[in-house]
Amino acid sequence: MPERAPDHVYVIYIAARPDAVWNGLFDRDMTKAYWAHYNLSDWTPGSRWEHVRSDESGTVDILGTVEDIDPPRRLVISWAFPHDAQDEAKVSRVTFELTPLGPDARLTVIHSDLEPGSDMEKGVSDGWPAVLSNLKTLLETGRPLSSDKWTSDSDEASPESDAFKG
Amino acid sequence: MESVFRALAHDSRRQLLDRLYARRGQTLGELATGLPVSRQAVAKHLAILETANLVATHWRGREKLHYLNPVPIADIVRRWVGKFEETRLDALADFKEEIENHKEIRHA
Repeated sequence: MPERAPDHVYVIYIAARPDAVWNGLFDRDMTKAYWAHYNLSDWTPGSRWEHVRSDESGTVDILGTVEDIDPPRRLVISWAFPHDAQDEAKVSRVTFELTPLGPDARLTVIHSDLEPGSDMEKGVSDGWPAVLSNLKTLLETGRPLSSDKWTSDSDEASPESDAFKG
Repeated sequence: MESVFRALAHDSRRQLLDRLYARRGQTLGELATGLPVSRQAVAKHLAILETANLVATHWRGREKLHYLNPVPIADIVRRWVGKFEETRLDALADFKEEIENHKEIRHA
């Protein structure tokens, strides 16, 4: 039986080295800024990982298992709502792949095995493009584009700051 | 960003993105089916969309699958619209769609 086609394939080019992008997937302060969550695990294959809300609540919104990890190139994790984690039909899979391109990096995010029509499928379809776009902005300008930009008193990041990334 | 606007400035390419939005992971053959242009033309349009990073691809064996990659569009939205406004625009777009569909029903 052929491999099932992934549900989503997202690609983003970021003007940062792969190890900086890789760190961006794990660094607690950074993920708080662009994801509003942090990712908690010891990051060894077979270990559990948790996507924890960055507020005080400590709520785990997503969890799964670290299936494969090869820093700073490749990470494969399973992905489910906590209440669905025991139901194989509701456990999906996310692969992060980082490719160096000169001084830049290409980040590919592949989301597979989503349950058709599920809340998770709808949620990630809305969520990934915004999360990845915000990660790129954060890595390239040092701050995320979000509501908190309005409270920032500095405005040195010019709108043309991404002009050289073609 | 210019390549994104150039890629979007063609009706056939917008239709291809519509098709990929409706069903992700299609091959060139599937995408070309039912379109009034040649397979070669579709391949060329897809290459332009891929260069603009609006289409991402994944090889499954020897099959090249195409995916809508809305990340560059999210970049554009974030540059000029912002997070809260985006939500409000979504609501407006839903409202527009609703009243337009309603109009169609009335005229039918």
